[in-house]
Amino acid sequence: MKSAILQTATRYLLPILLLFSFFLLLRGHYYPGGGFVGGLVASIAFVLHSFANGTENTMKILRYKPLSLIPIGLAILTVSATLPLLFGLPPMTGLWLEEPIPVIGMIGSALFFDIGVYLVVIGVVLTILFTIALND
Amino acid sequence: MLFTVLTGLITSSLLVPFGKIIKTKWSILLPVIPITLFLFFLWHVPVVANGTNVMQHLPWVPTLGVNFDFRLDGLSLLFALLITGIGTAIFFYGRSYLKGHVYFDRFFAYLLLFMSAMLGLVLANNILTLFVFWELTSISSFFLIGFNNDSKESRKSAITALSITGLGGFFLLAGLVLAGNIANTFIISELFAQHDKLVSHPLYPLIVGLVFIGAFTKSAQFPFHFWLPGAMKAPTPVSAYLHSATMVKAGIYLLARFTPVLGSTDLWNTTLMVVGGVTMVYAAIHALFRTDLKSILAYSTISALGILTFLLGVGTREAIIATSVFILVHALYKATLFMVTGIIDHETHTRDITKLSGLRNVLMPVFIAALLAALSSAGLPLSFGFIGKDLIYEATLHYEENWALWLTTLAVITNVGLVAAGFMAGIKPFTGKLPQKFEQVHLPYKSMWIPPLILAALGFIFGIFPGITGDYFNHQTANAIAGENTDMQLKIWHGFNTVLILSLATLAIGTVVYLFNKPSEAKLKAIERLNKISPERIMMSFGQGIKRFSVLYTNNIHNGYLRSYHLKIILFAELLLAYKLWLGGPIQIDYENLTPLSWYEVGIVAILIGALYIVVTTKSRLTSVVSTSVIGYCICLLFVFYSAPDLAMTQFTIDTLTTVLFVLVLYKLPPFINFVRREILIRDAIVALLFGIIISLIALRVLYEPNKTEISDFYGENVYLLAKGKNVVNTILVDFRGIDTMFETVVLAIAALGVYSLIKLRLKSSEKE
Repeated sequence: MKSAILQTATRYLLPILLLFSFFLLLRGHYYPGGGFVGGLVASIAFVLHSFANGTENTMKILRYKPLSLIPIGLAILTVSATLPLLFGLPPMTGLWLEEPIPVIGMIGSALFFDIGVYLVVIGVVLTILFTIALND
Repeated sequence: MLFTVLTGLITSSLLVPFGKIIKTKWSILLPVIPITLFLFFLWHVPVVANGTNVMQHLPWVPTLGVNFDFRLDGLSLLFALLITGIGTAIFFYGRSYLKGHVYFDRFFAYLLLFMSAMLGLVLANNILTLFVFWELTSISSFFLIGFNNDSKESRKSAITALSITGLGGFFLLAGLVLAGNIANTFIISELFAQHDKLVSHPLYPLIVGLVFIGAFTKSAQFPFHFWLPGAMKAPTPVSAYLHSATMVKAGIYLLARFTPVLGSTDLWNTTLMVVGGVTMVYAAIHALFRTDLKSILAYSTISALGILTFLLGVGTREAIIATSVFILVHALYKATLFMVTGIIDHETHTRDITKLSGLRNVLMPVFIAALLAALSSAGLPLSFGFIGKDLIYEATLHYEENWALWLTTLAVITNVGLVAAGFMAGIKPFTGKLPQKFEQVHLPYKSMWIPPLILAALGFIFGIFPGITGDYFNHQTANAIAGENTDMQLKIWHGFNTVLILSLATLAIGTVVYLFNKPSEAKLKAIERLNKISPERIMMSFGQGIKRFSVLYTNNIHNGYLRSYHLKIILFAELLLAYKLWLGGPIQIDYENLTPLSWYEVGIVAILIGALYIVVTTKSRLTSVVSTSVIGYCICLLFVFYSAPDLAMTQFTIDTLTTVLFVLVLYKLPPFINFVRREILIRDAIVALLFGIIISLIALRVLYEPNKTEISDFYGENVYLLAKGKNVVNTILVDFRGIDTMFETVVLAIAALGVYSLIKLRLKSSEKE
């Protein structure tokens, strides 16, 4: 499916959608959004790109196999869940910085948890879709 | 005390990456672990001998009542010393026995894992922790028994052992949790105070039954005894360790541990006496017909375990003293005999006693060890076994008038069998004339014959100076089992009385039986004809039945057709939901409370119905997929109207991606061929319509039900206080129910890996063609 309109559009849409997905991820704790939806939007961005330019080209921009995002995400999840153990708290206790960071806002272990979910979701969706798409 | 358990576990996992190093001369480091632990427990002997219990409490999952509670009392100490002490001997022995074996490192990793699990089991003061370690011993023994994994027999034995002990574990868990809930505590030392409450509870028989199944399967009591002879397929160091002091004694430990909690009732005592009695006599007689050294030892072990169960059932003060002593007696001589068997097997490559003879000429020190052990097992005066046997007879003779004679008879028969079996294993291979083919046999490494010699010598040292064990720990062991002071004193000489006469008579008859009993292949064949009605056969055919059932079940329910799964799942859901709806009575709809319809809602529903019509009638797959996604988007819009933005967003993205996925897959399928028959179409339509109707009815019913808001109120109030968030949906996902989310992501990851490997794997096999 080669379409000049779609190709031009994705050139701009990919970064915007990725930015949007990250925005969704960050605001999740206070407003609609979160790691899961963010991850899905980011995946859609790449899927759209692959539609316009071919999956091989999308794999090229990704550089690494999407499969590798899964262990990274799971590792972040595990760390953020077990980090409180170091402070003598039960696992999954929310840890928060005292002061908010400009632009991003309050930072806590929940955010890292969400980032883990975000990465796993991207990894899973892209692995499934791209493996099927590239399977001839 | 946690460190005693963790050391082994950590070293065990370290052996995975550093296995190569340990295969070299550094393997000398391995026995350091059991020695250190042994010394640690030895250091605690004086403390425990005063009657103090060493306690340790570490929270693990405090909200569920699962904690690392450890407690070292007389009973735990005896077992801990056995586990680490005999463990030390086995580590030295096994290091030489398996020298140069490909899986040398793996063997010690399993052995360390097993040792730690056993230590955890006997030290645990929390019934749930106890259960965790109980299961861990089953699992690690599975690896040890199946260590020779290229032999089919060995694998089968490992699976049998795991399924029997694992099955028992299930029952045990149920029993322990019931007991814990009734007593309202999971701490074992606190359960002692709840004895009366537990015993008078209506569920008491159930608890006892469940705990018994757990203990009997583990300790190879009749009718679950058959996994133990099978487990002899393991390398001999494993048999020596598992069957002398540890694995099989875990069941005895459990019974002893729970005697003060659940014991002293007719149900408890009678069952144990009957099961123990049957086991000890049955196995003692069986042992006499075996020709394989390890088989003889296996059956005599079962018999000894039967004696221990039986003694716990007798339950008098004397019986409990006898139990505490006999555990040690048996561990010492049985470990020795097993190690001797291992040496014989290692050097002559046979374990058949009809072929072995005269080995004393070439294996003198081994013979001394075997002889000492056999004599201790026979209960020769001055051996520790003599004291053990005396105590057993004292216990049975002083039981209630009417039964004393019967119980003593049973004990004598068993002991006669054990005397003969001990001689068969410990003396027979060494006496007689040395056949020519064994003339080249030589002594193995020192580290193989010194450990059994030490253990065998201990059997006599403790016999001559019984005060060493009696005063220091056996006394406290008996106190721990009885739950009160047993005032025990071990003496070398009890005077000239009935007990002594019985003891000497046993020895004499046993010797006669040994001299006249000539086990042979033919006799073994004859006795194996009885196997048809043996519990083993019954269990095996039960296993076969499960297999057949699963084949039937798989073919009919799990036939691999997605459409058939869908149909069954939906039909089942329809049945359940319809039944529940029917129970709830007629549905009334209050039209007054419904919000009025707006024009855009009507519009969306119209689009929805149109899309549905296309899905059902279209001849093209792509059209139907696209129409389905139109339906999905319509539902998203409805979510938006009814203020559920998170839901709408997720549904929207998921719908998009599903459509893409469908298109990708369908693109590769052949064109749409309408091969469905009319009847099937009608059936599916009915099922689908029914499902839709039922779900709509449920939705209406929900409206009619009173509005319960506790849960949403809870989240509403706590979302900012506890989770510092404002978006309830997201805080539930990442905080309140974060563990769920974590496991869901793991499931997603597994799904992705599944798709990836399925597709890649298929490619590879097609490439090969």
